[in-house]
Amino acid sequence: MAKFNLNINGEQREADVDPSTPILWVLRDHLKLVGTKYGCGIAQCGACTIHVDGTAVRACQLTVSSVGDQKITTIEGLSETGDHPVQQAWLEMDVPQCGYCQAGQIMTAAAFLEKNPNPSDTEVEMAMNGNICRCGTYTRIKKAVKLAVSSRNA
Amino acid sequence: MTLVKTKIGRRSFIQTSTLAGGGLLLGFSWLASCKNKTAAEVMNMPKEWFNINGFLKIGENGLVTIMSPNPEIGQNIKTAMPMIVAEELDIDWNNVLVEQAPLNTTIFTRQLAGGSQSIRQGWEGLRLAGATGRHMLKEAAAMAWDVPVTEITTTAGMLHHESSGKSAGYGEMASAASKLEIPEEVVLKENNKFSIIGTDRKNVDGPKIVTGKPLFGLDLYEDGMLTAMIIHPPAFGMKYKSMDAEAAKAMPGIKDIFPIDVYPEGVEKQWSDGGGIAQLVAVVGESTWQCMQAKKSVNVEWEKTSTLEDSAYHDEALTKMLAMKVEAPARKDGDVAAAFKKAAKVIERTYSAPFLAHNTMEPMNFYAHVTQDKAELIGPIQTPEFLEKTLASRLNITLDKIDIKMTRMGGGFGRRLYGHYGVEAAVISKKMQAPIKLVYSREDDMTQGTYRPSYKVLYKAGLDKAGNLIAWYVKGVGTNDDLIFENRFPAGAVDNYLAEKQSLQSNVTTGAWRAPQSNFIAGAEQSFMDEVAELAGKDPIDFRLELFERAITNPVGNPEKNDYDPARYAGVLKLVKEKSDWGAGNKSHRGVSAYFCHNSYVAQVLELHMDGNEAKVDKVWCAVDCGIVINPLSAKNQIEGGIVDGIGHATYSALTFAEGKPDQTNFDSYRLIRYGEVPKEIETFFVDNGIDPTGLGEPSLPPIAAALANALYKATGKRYYQQPYISDRPPLVG
Repeated sequence: MAKFNLNINGEQREADVDPSTPILWVLRDHLKLVGTKYGCGIAQCGACTIHVDGTAVRACQLTVSSVGDQKITTIEGLSETGDHPVQQAWLEMDVPQCGYCQAGQIMTAAAFLEKNPNPSDTEVEMAMNGNICRCGTYTRIKKAVKLAVSSRNA
Repeated sequence: MTLVKTKIGRRSFIQTSTLAGGGLLLGFSWLASCKNKTAAEVMNMPKEWFNINGFLKIGENGLVTIMSPNPEIGQNIKTAMPMIVAEELDIDWNNVLVEQAPLNTTIFTRQLAGGSQSIRQGWEGLRLAGATGRHMLKEAAAMAWDVPVTEITTTAGMLHHESSGKSAGYGEMASAASKLEIPEEVVLKENNKFSIIGTDRKNVDGPKIVTGKPLFGLDLYEDGMLTAMIIHPPAFGMKYKSMDAEAAKAMPGIKDIFPIDVYPEGVEKQWSDGGGIAQLVAVVGESTWQCMQAKKSVNVEWEKTSTLEDSAYHDEALTKMLAMKVEAPARKDGDVAAAFKKAAKVIERTYSAPFLAHNTMEPMNFYAHVTQDKAELIGPIQTPEFLEKTLASRLNITLDKIDIKMTRMGGGFGRRLYGHYGVEAAVISKKMQAPIKLVYSREDDMTQGTYRPSYKVLYKAGLDKAGNLIAWYVKGVGTNDDLIFENRFPAGAVDNYLAEKQSLQSNVTTGAWRAPQSNFIAGAEQSFMDEVAELAGKDPIDFRLELFERAITNPVGNPEKNDYDPARYAGVLKLVKEKSDWGAGNKSHRGVSAYFCHNSYVAQVLELHMDGNEAKVDKVWCAVDCGIVINPLSAKNQIEGGIVDGIGHATYSALTFAEGKPDQTNFDSYRLIRYGEVPKEIETFFVDNGIDPTGLGEPSLPPIAAALANALYKATGKRYYQQPYISDRPPLVG
């Protein structure tokens, strides 16, 4: 066990855990930030996507010891009141069915659009292919990403 | 005006809540927090709630809380069911808060998510709940104003008395109304007066979902709670023998490791215990990661109890069974053997499909706190009432000592009908004398499932010289499942019809997977129908419509026996034909398919083009007859999701076995459809017929496999008989 000081959603948080613990479980079990979901544990489904210094990362593969002073953003910290353009687009398009994967979908889309504000359909596809939605809401995710692009650029 | 009795015999549909004070109806604080209201809105929360009946309570300020009785698995009934109550209550939807009701068999009936039945079977009770509430508010106003109740009208949460000019909000009359008797009769709204039903309403949990608020069972953390995981036998056909867990017990955070008897002899199991395994190893610790690590260090010895089956065996045994004589047919009309002899053309085809795992994105989990005389359970479950019964037997306590709350579920698809994990959680909690949350890893979830069975079906059809269908033979087989619905189409539309079915016993546990049986048989039947139509030289839609015409005008056998309404079936086909402009030009490759299941009718046209060797689906037109559509916005979401799910599993997914072990253990080997593989566009059209509503969680999935296969045939000249259609593409790396 070791103490780690983490910068999460703009706050300093402390966790006393085994250094090999993936940040996913530090967020969930220790800090009770449960918006980051466990889906597969092997970086295949994207449900645990967070931002590390603005880049979309699978939290199940990132050990707490390798985070250092990088800034972590989770779905809870993406916006203060849920008004990030991607969150708003998700609501506008009424995307979720079960809703379990959607935080990961939103985090992937938000990081991607930050880097590529005017993506082509193919670029969006490449970005979103790593996130599984078992309910099959992909057609609405596609519409929501488009809406987020236009509202960000408006 | 529709006057409806609120009682049948002594059983009242509507129960007054026996709980004192509205607050007790609330779940745990995290379940019952203020539903994404802004600070200002929270300030406006009522000071007091008045229970009108078990479904609803009204605050003194007019805010209404509606309980959603059934489990929410993503089918969006948590929005749709309260919409029905709100409609009859006649309240502004913006003033409605929705809460998930806990299991309460006194107030609610059929708190189950399955068979696309929540809306269909909930319809009447939900309307009565709203209408009785409205009536009681009117009575309260009539008494307060000393006027006849018949002179009171309502509009969106307001009560009016026209001649005196008096009016009041529901909140003002809520206290008085809550003290009144439930009326014996109430008036239901006419369909054309609906102002909430039939309008687009967003998912009530949407704001929580997109901000990552705790909603799911896995998100539950209680004070003093430990985490538990299980180790299950590595193969079907094996059971626990012994273990050495000394090293693992010494690992950091680990509290205990022990074998558990989930289902010892004498426990009264319910059907919902499904593939529950009698003996498992439990690993209990402080955190999930610690348990995951410790699991790897436990040495468990397993012993073989029956044959370790593999996929080659399933395939051979099912093929053999297809050729075996069946003693009694499931349905027989006319004489198929004679008809095949005289037929001008005969065609025979066999279709097959593998086992499938449910793979809900949220793995199985459950919170349990079992003490000497009480059990409290919270988690994702489609069948809470049945879980409660098994718990009563297993824990040897009475039903009233068991408290079950349902969380929003990260997918169901039938998997959470089988709540053995809830029983496991309770048994572990009892042993630990502590609250625990049982968590399955993805691997645990995928390799100890209650799977969609593996299937094979053989079809044979005979046509006369004019291309009329004169004989139809179907034989279906499956693992622990006999697949065939013998009274579904085209039964009743063909003079000579024979349906046979058989089940192959397997120790691989199987059960309901979204649209059971239909999820395979629809694709097979509608693919075959396409080939038969082609052989007859007829347009595939016209060919089907001719058969429906026959079933309408001159049905074969007793039409009461037929498990479909040919007019509604033909209706969706005609609608999709019109909307897709079927037959106009033929620029791209199109396939059609139609199916009836779970009381709803669906017809689909799928259009694709080839991009090199790869098929790209451009559009799916989908016509649906589910009667009254409660919430078109989410109804379309269900249709779209079912189509994507159906295409995905028919095209990519399979669970195979080697020596009883699933070959696929996670999403690196189990292929699910991805973002880039879905239709570019899905357009849904509902038949507007005012018939009482049926369900939508399942019906759009089954037919799409055939619409795809039939379009692929147009593009490639190749027919698809085996699912998955594509098995050579590895999963993408995330």
